[in-house]
Amino acid sequence: MEMPAANPAILARQSRVVARLAEVLPAEAVISDPAETRAYECDALTAYRCPPMAVVLPGSTEEVSAALKICHEEGVPVVPRGSGTSLAGGALPTADSVILGVSRLTEVLEVDYADRIIKVQTGRTNLSVTGAVEDHDFFYAPDPSSQLACAIAGNIAMNSGGAHCLKYGVTTNNLLGVTMVQMDGTIVEIGGAHLDASGYDWLGLICGSEGQLGVVTEATLRILRKPEGARPVLIGFDSSEVAGACVSDIIKSGILPVAIEFMDRPCIRACEAHAHAGYPDCEALLIVEVEGSANEIRDQLELIVGIAKAHNPVEVREAGDADEAARIWLGRKSAFGAMGQINDYMCLDGTIPVSSLPTVLRRIGEMSKEFGLDVANVFHAGDGNMHPLILFDANKPGDLETCEAFGAEILKLCVEVGGCLTGEHGVGIEKRDLMDVQFDAADLEAQMRVKDVFDPNWLLNPAKVFPLSISAGRRGEIDAAA
Amino acid sequence: MSILRPDTAAELAEIIQSADGPFAVQGGRTRHQPGSGTPLSTAGLSGIHLYEPGALTIVAGAGTPVAEIEAALAAEGQMLPFEPMDHRALLGTSGTPTIGGAVAMNVSGPRRIYAGACRDSLIGVKFVDGSGDLIKSGGRVMKNVTGYDLVKLLAGSRGTLGVLTEVSFKVLPRPDSSATICFDGLSVEQAIAVMSTGLTSPYQVTGAAHLPGDAPQTILRLEGFEASVVERADALVRGLAPFGIGRIERDMDQVWADLRDARAFADSDGDVWRISVRPSVAPKVAESLAAADLLFDWGGGLIWARTAKGFDVRDALAGIVGHATLVRADKATFDALGSVPAEVAPLATLASGLRKEFDPRGLLNAGYMG
Repeated sequence: MEMPAANPAILARQSRVVARLAEVLPAEAVISDPAETRAYECDALTAYRCPPMAVVLPGSTEEVSAALKICHEEGVPVVPRGSGTSLAGGALPTADSVILGVSRLTEVLEVDYADRIIKVQTGRTNLSVTGAVEDHDFFYAPDPSSQLACAIAGNIAMNSGGAHCLKYGVTTNNLLGVTMVQMDGTIVEIGGAHLDASGYDWLGLICGSEGQLGVVTEATLRILRKPEGARPVLIGFDSSEVAGACVSDIIKSGILPVAIEFMDRPCIRACEAHAHAGYPDCEALLIVEVEGSANEIRDQLELIVGIAKAHNPVEVREAGDADEAARIWLGRKSAFGAMGQINDYMCLDGTIPVSSLPTVLRRIGEMSKEFGLDVANVFHAGDGNMHPLILFDANKPGDLETCEAFGAEILKLCVEVGGCLTGEHGVGIEKRDLMDVQFDAADLEAQMRVKDVFDPNWLLNPAKVFPLSISAGRRGEIDAAA
Repeated sequence: MSILRPDTAAELAEIIQSADGPFAVQGGRTRHQPGSGTPLSTAGLSGIHLYEPGALTIVAGAGTPVAEIEAALAAEGQMLPFEPMDHRALLGTSGTPTIGGAVAMNVSGPRRIYAGACRDSLIGVKFVDGSGDLIKSGGRVMKNVTGYDLVKLLAGSRGTLGVLTEVSFKVLPRPDSSATICFDGLSVEQAIAVMSTGLTSPYQVTGAAHLPGDAPQTILRLEGFEASVVERADALVRGLAPFGIGRIERDMDQVWADLRDARAFADSDGDVWRISVRPSVAPKVAESLAAADLLFDWGGGLIWARTAKGFDVRDALAGIVGHATLVRADKATFDALGSVPAEVAPLATLASGLRKEFDPRGLLNAGYMG
C-alpha cells in the first residue's frame, strides 16, 4: 500500500496555513506541534502511519466551514476524522494534509420520541446516542463492534453496520438528515425528521462516501423502541457446510433473527482460550438471536432449534436466562481481543452470497496453507458479511506483505463468487487498490465523477477509495489549485 | 411516435450513444410521463435473473413487471418489503408497473414505516448513463459499502441520470398472518397520537394510517406468525386503551392495498399530492390544507392530499419542513409547479452538476428533476 508523496509546495505553506486556521478557530483547536499531531498519525489500521501537517478540532458547523474554506483556498488536502477507529485506513493522513476532527462536536441537539428521531452533532459516539435515549427504552440500531468509541461522523462516512443489521439495516437505513460542509466551506442542509428525499437521494449518496464529498457535522437519526426481550441460541456443527446450510434453512423458514453469527474452529478455540465462554470444540458454531416477548422468543427458538436438529448439530444450547445469554455472546464479543492475544491480525470484511459460504471457507483454508498464515473466521452469516482474521507477526520481516497478499486473494474470491470487497468497514486505503477487481473502469469513473461535482479540486480525503493510478489526474489538480 | 424498446443493455447503450435527440424514459407507463422526446422503454429488459430465497435476494431486469416478481417471491413465502404502490387506479392509466419504474420513483407503500423505502431494500443497480456507458453499483449482497452508493442515487432519480437495466433487492419473509387494530371517529390530532404511541411500542407496527372523512378510521397493522400477532394485538390494544377501545380486525388486506394505491382519490377530480413531513406536524398540515381531502399514512409522516386543480400545496405549506410531490394533475399544472420541488441552492448546483456528469447532452427525461 502506497500513499502519494507529500507536495513540497503545500508543506512550504504550513506556517501560513496554520496561522490562518488559528485566526478562525480557538487556540486549542489548532494543533501543529509534531509531538501532538503524532496522536493523529493513524487510525485502527495501525500498520500505516504518517503525522499530518496540522490538526483542527472545530467546535461548530461554522468553524468547520471556516477551516475548510481556508484549506480550500490554500489547496491543502483535508482528511476528516471521527474517532479514528477505521479498520480500513479511512482517516490516515498524508504529511501535507490537515486532519479535521469532529471530536469536540458531541452535543445532543434534539430528541423527539413521538417522531422517533434524535439529532446529534456527529462527534458523538455511536453508543452514547443510544445512551441518550435508553432511559425511555429507545435505541439507535446500527451497532458496529467499535460502538463504544466510534463517532457517528465515521459511521456515516463508512455506512457502518453491525451484528444486528440483518433486521435493522445499516447506517444509511437509519439516517434521516444531515448538516454537511463542502470542501469550499458551503454548508448544506439535507433531509430532516421526515422520510425520503424529494428528489435526488443526497443522504444515500453521502452515506458511505468515506469523507470524500463533505464533512457531516450534524445528523438526524432514526431511533427505535427496544424490543421486550432478546435471547440467543448456540448451535455447534461438525462441518462449516452444514452450518451454512442451516443458516439458509433458518432464513427460508420465515423467521428473521436479529443476528446470525458464525465462528469457525480456529476462532472458537481462540475465543475459548481467551474468554472461557464454554463453547463446544467443533468445526463451526452459530449464535442465532431472536427478539420479542417471552412467548415469541420461545416460539422462534423452538422453530430454529427444530431446523438445526435436522442438520445433526453436535450441540444446541438455549440461553435460559440473561446470564446464560451473556455467556453465549461472551466468546463472540471477545473474538477480536482473543485473536489479538495470539498475534497481530488483519481483519477483512468482504461479503459473499450466503450460498457460497462452504466454497469460500474451503478455499480460505487452502490459501491459509499456501501463504503459511493462520486464519480464523468470524462473521455475520445472515447477511454473508465475512470477517476473516489473518494472523501475522508485525515484527517478522515480510509477514505484513504476505498477510496483505493473502487478504487480497480472499477479497478477490469474495468478488468472484458474486460478493464484494467490503461489507461494513469501507475501502479506505486497505481495499483501494483492489477496486478494479470489483468494478470496471466505467463504474469507477462514474463514482469519481460524483466526487468531481462535490469536490472539484479533489482536496477531501483524496488518496482513499480509488486506486491512485486512476485518480492521479484528478488529484494532480491539487497543485493547480494552489 | 415509435417506441424504442431494446432487448439488452448493450442495445440500450448503443441507442443512447448514437442518439441525436431527447428520450422520454419509461417502464410500464403507469405514471405521469413528463417532457417530450422519443419514448424509450425498458419493457424488453425483463425477467428474473437470480433468486436465492436462502439469501433473501432477488435480481431482475428493470422492465420486469412488479407482479411477476411478487409472484415469484410469494411462491417461496417471501415479499418485497416496501409494498410498492400501483398507480393505475389513481392516475387512470393502463400499463403494467415495472420494478425499474418502482426504483426510478422510489415507490414505497404503508410498510415503509417499518421496513424502509424501496431505496432501503435496493442493493444493486445496473444502468446506462446519458453517454451510453453501462455502469454498475452495489451488487447482490445485502451488506456492501464498496465504493459510493450510486444505488441510492439512482433510486428516485426518475431516469434523469441513467436508464436502469437491472435491479437487485434484499427481500423479507412474507408474514403468515396479520391483524389490524381500528379506532373510529378520531380527530387528526388524536389519530397522530394513537399512531405515534403504536409506533413507539415494542410490538412492531408495520402500518399506521388515518383515513378521515365522514367516518374517520385510524388503523394500525401487525404482521408475523399467528400466535405472535394475536399476542401483540392484545398487548397493543391494552397499550392504546387511553385513546379508546381498539377493535381487532382480520382480513384487512384490501384496506391496506387501497391505502397503498391512494384508491380513495381514484375516479375523482382534482390534483393529488404526496407530502412527507415529520408526523408531529401533520395536524398543522391538515389545518393548512383545510379545503383538501387527506389520507395519512406512515403514522402521519406521509399525507396524500386531493386539492382543487392548480392549487399550489408547496406554497400553502411554506415554513413546514418536508416536501410535496405532485402526483396527479393536468399538463399545465405539472408545467407550472413541477412534479418534484426544485432543489434550492446549494443542492441545486450539485443536482445540475450531477446531471451534467451523467447526462452531458441532456437526453434523459430532461426537465423532470429541474
